[in-house]
Amino acid sequence: MARRRDAVVRRGLRHVGRGIVEQPRMFTLAVLGSSLYGAMTVASAYVIGEVTDRVLLPSFDDGVTTATALSLAAAAIVGVALLKIVGILGRRLFAGIMSYRLQAEYRRRVTRQYLRLPLSWHQRHPTGQLLSNANSDVEASWYFVAPLPFAVGALVMIAITSVALVLTDPLLALVGLVVFPLVFLVNIVYSQVMSPRMQRAQQLRAEVSEIAHESFDAALVVKTLGRESAESERFGARAEELRDGLIAVGRVRGLFDPLMEALPNLGTLAVLLIGAGRVADGSTDAGELVSIAYLFTLLALPIRAIGWVLADLPRALAGFDRVTPVLEATGETPYGPDAAAVVTGGATVGVAGVDFAFADASAPTLRGVTFDVRPGTTVAVVGPTGSGKSTLAGLLVRLVDPADGTVLLDGVDVRRLREGEVSGQAAFVAQGTFLFDDTVRGNVTLDEPFSDEQVWAALRVAAADEFVAALPDGLETRVGERGATLSGGQRQRLALARAVVRRPRLLVLDDATSAVDPSVEARILDALRDSDEPATVVVIAYRQATISLADEVVWLEQGRVLARGSHEQLLGEVPGYAALVRAYAQAEVPA
Amino acid sequence: MTDVVVPADARCEGALATLRRGLRMMPEFRRGLPATFALALLATAGRVVVPIAVQQVIDRGLADGGADMELITRLVALCAVVVLITAVAVYRMNLRLFRTTETALAGLRVRAFRHVHDLSVLHQQGERRGSLVSRVTSDVDQLSTFMQWGGVLGLISLGQLVVATAVMAVYSWQLTLLVLLCFVPLGIAVRWFAQRLATAYGVVRERVGDVLGAVAESVVGAPTVRAYGVGARTAGRIDTAIDRQYRAQVDAQKVTAAVFISGEFVAALANAAVVVVGVLLGLAGDITAGTLVAFLFLVTLFVAPVQTASEVLNEAQNAVAGFRRVLDVIDTAPDVRDPAVAAPERARNLPDRPLGVRFDGVAFRYAPGARLALDDVSLTIDPRRRVAVVGETGSGKTTFAKLVTRLMDPVEGTVLLGSDDGGWVPLDEVAFSSLRARVVMVPQDGFLFDATVADNVRYGRPGMTDAEVAAAFDDLGLDAWVAGLPDGVATAVGQRGESLSSGERQLVAIARAYVADPDLLVLDEATSAVDPATEQRLTRALDRLTDGRTTLTIAHRLSTAERADEVLVVDAGHVVQRGTHAELVDVDGPYARLHASWRRSSAGSAAAAG
Repeated sequence: MARRRDAVVRRGLRHVGRGIVEQPRMFTLAVLGSSLYGAMTVASAYVIGEVTDRVLLPSFDDGVTTATALSLAAAAIVGVALLKIVGILGRRLFAGIMSYRLQAEYRRRVTRQYLRLPLSWHQRHPTGQLLSNANSDVEASWYFVAPLPFAVGALVMIAITSVALVLTDPLLALVGLVVFPLVFLVNIVYSQVMSPRMQRAQQLRAEVSEIAHESFDAALVVKTLGRESAESERFGARAEELRDGLIAVGRVRGLFDPLMEALPNLGTLAVLLIGAGRVADGSTDAGELVSIAYLFTLLALPIRAIGWVLADLPRALAGFDRVTPVLEATGETPYGPDAAAVVTGGATVGVAGVDFAFADASAPTLRGVTFDVRPGTTVAVVGPTGSGKSTLAGLLVRLVDPADGTVLLDGVDVRRLREGEVSGQAAFVAQGTFLFDDTVRGNVTLDEPFSDEQVWAALRVAAADEFVAALPDGLETRVGERGATLSGGQRQRLALARAVVRRPRLLVLDDATSAVDPSVEARILDALRDSDEPATVVVIAYRQATISLADEVVWLEQGRVLARGSHEQLLGEVPGYAALVRAYAQAEVPA
Repeated sequence: MTDVVVPADARCEGALATLRRGLRMMPEFRRGLPATFALALLATAGRVVVPIAVQQVIDRGLADGGADMELITRLVALCAVVVLITAVAVYRMNLRLFRTTETALAGLRVRAFRHVHDLSVLHQQGERRGSLVSRVTSDVDQLSTFMQWGGVLGLISLGQLVVATAVMAVYSWQLTLLVLLCFVPLGIAVRWFAQRLATAYGVVRERVGDVLGAVAESVVGAPTVRAYGVGARTAGRIDTAIDRQYRAQVDAQKVTAAVFISGEFVAALANAAVVVVGVLLGLAGDITAGTLVAFLFLVTLFVAPVQTASEVLNEAQNAVAGFRRVLDVIDTAPDVRDPAVAAPERARNLPDRPLGVRFDGVAFRYAPGARLALDDVSLTIDPRRRVAVVGETGSGKTTFAKLVTRLMDPVEGTVLLGSDDGGWVPLDEVAFSSLRARVVMVPQDGFLFDATVADNVRYGRPGMTDAEVAAAFDDLGLDAWVAGLPDGVATAVGQRGESLSSGERQLVAIARAYVADPDLLVLDEATSAVDPATEQRLTRALDRLTDGRTTLTIAHRLSTAERADEVLVVDAGHVVQRGTHAELVDVDGPYARLHASWRRSSAGSAAAAG
């Protein structure tokens, strides 16, 4: 236990060091600000003391004062305060900037990794986890930085105070030497006691949130089975656990807060008691006594900043531990040196002896898959759920690489091609349509210089021109996050237009036409095939209509190509194929 | 107590009104509040006692050069006792405050949760579900965090302000007036600061959302980004969002710092003014040196709460805004209310006979001014008929299902359940207990809970044993499927049933409806394609589920329409055709067109395949 605590402290300090090394300038400026604040806080106590000694008491004793003395006193108070304000500004602004810069920098690094790492890595990590890695985990990692300079400044302040105390009166210094470490110690105990309770409360918050999400998602079931009260009980039970957890957190805080306040107060009283004796025997004067007493009341808050940093460190470490694997993950897609061999006409696609397995899967997804697609032809890949169709589609456009075997584009292994070559030749439309939070135009062109005519032509082919024309700002209409303002069919048509506008030499459609009318689908394929240089098309299909558009069908079952030939051929020869096509035909969606 | 930390601006009215509304809604919150406040006042004593001690020691203990140690010791001991008592008082106050607020907030959370289930927005606008979740999670969490931190600070600050002012006035009313005067400009400026803060943090929140959206592109859109080789474009978009967030954060930080330092500056001015005026007053014989020194301490006591206020200002605004959002949810009247609660004298049970459905001039629109989703529909469905409702997307067929299950009420006309021999009961008079027991809906996606298969089925009839659940699966002809699950009916289905395929999730949903044993079933058919083996099981299970029950199926597959006793064709809010598949398929009309579109999508070879 003690060793683990040591480890947390050691790792915590190393983490603090990492932040400082990344932002040395901001940290230095913030600490300077904080030190200035600290020094001026101490100074303000001395100013009050000096004013008492030199202006107040003489004036009262003598019954007269001078305008100069009064102005000097006022100027001293305000001047020190102004310097203190400069210190506060420096501390707050630079500490804030340091924390925000670290967050921004790590967000950038994490998302660069997301873009760099292969799809196979993405598939192993849930979306929610990756989003919170880039967001809340990064924030948690660097949140403690905000009070860090304050804490460092507090250390400076304590140092100054201790020296000043020793110089003024060693006996009074003793009081400080007891009280300050005591406050510090109480702080450490506080974070130790608090952190498991905070973690539990955080865990319970997450659980309460999970129940709410699940229950609201299932609203129809809950409601139509009349189970609202049962759900409320389920939610209420966890909410009550959370309440108890939060009260437990509050009990600790409720005890430590007054304790932390009482300690400096008791210190001040001790100073008074001991100091009065010292004044009596002439070792010190009343002004110094007032300064020291004042100082004690001022020091209470900065010392607590040390506690804030310590309390936040475990959370920061936990957050950083979740971010680190992303930053350290390797497996970047390596690109080759070659340019595409052919640049016009339909592409030739070759798949030779391809094996593929997901990292955590017991059985390989694809085994020895071999087939080729002649330029300008359309091939439908058909197979039952889990037969490896989507994986195969991803391999063709090099979203993933095979474990064994090769994927050839115009006879060249796609791994030998330069970055950007495959995406320059081939277009891919994924199963789950993805739209960017951008305009219609941006979603179609992806910022490549296509003319308005080209964009409208592509939209027309994808049967998206009518609804786009009806949108409030036409091509410039923003579609919202993931295209939230559009219907499923509209989203799919925009994704298809995105592929069509590029006039790809190879088009891979992974069940990307499920929400559009078969006639639209036929029109898209015709547009691509009827040109002088017809594109090669590979479709992953369920619908008869789609399959019937293909020149050839590849039948995939359990990761193997079990048959290929025309639709009619396979209907006659492959019983599994016939059964599947029949089942899907019966399950057809009419509208 | 929050009024000390919320500025007197336009929000203040809103904030106070929100708090009043909240207190009305949470009486447990108010209970014991006077005692808590008394403790808060007592808590301030500890803070005041030290400056008084300093004054007494200087004025009396250290008078005329010598030290009256006996007096000083007594004074210090007395003050130490007060400090300790104060600490205990603060501890007691904290406990009381935390216990009452957390209890009250837990109650509020559960009430809001229960109420959300009564709101139709939950099933009508799926995209707003996330924001409803945050009503019962982050909004309440924010309130609780604020109460544990800002609430205590606010309470003590208020007490401190009152006590410090009072003690200051006892020492010197002239100097007290002076200090108050110094703070007047700050009091006025705080209102402006509050607005700036609210705006600045509003921008930050918006930017945080933008960053999340941009990051999601690199995660959710990973295949698309890769396939189109637009990684650099996405990286640029993310960087822009991150930069904008950073700039907004720094801007907000600047405003916060500005608020904080103005408090500090005013405090210094007050101190200087007190010294100058104090000395002059002293020379006139109005106050003593000790009094003036003590007064300087008291000024710090007076300043501290003002600075605290500037610290908690922003959090307080956020907390109140969250509070308002929660209260707004609870204050939203549900569109559909259980007559057993709303009008017990009218509430009835459904007749104990097989149930039919009758629509009498029914019209429905989703929002005032929107087009009618259903328009003047009148029809009767006899008990024990299996009816398929078909139509294009947006034709109104889903509205049909929601009206029959009373998820919403028609804007015109009446929906009735019953039969000619048992009598017809208007749906809005049927007690929910009776309605939910007799009418069950199977929604499109099944919606499974993160529990076992058996738990999910039991949801339809609480208290069933695992063996009874297994028997239900046997009845539906699904015993072989259950046997193939790793742990049979005790197999965990994962979050939202994700460890099952979509077809398998539907099987569990069917079993759940089966054990609920309703007289009237409303099925919203799933649109997703299912593999052939599961498709067969689904067909068999559905046949057994619907056997002998009145069934209304929102059909997306024409195979369902073909098997139904009767087909209702809905188009643009009207029932345009009604009859059996055989009767309708050859008549020129919407059904024939739907059917033709289906045949087209099967490219004419369905017959060859089937």
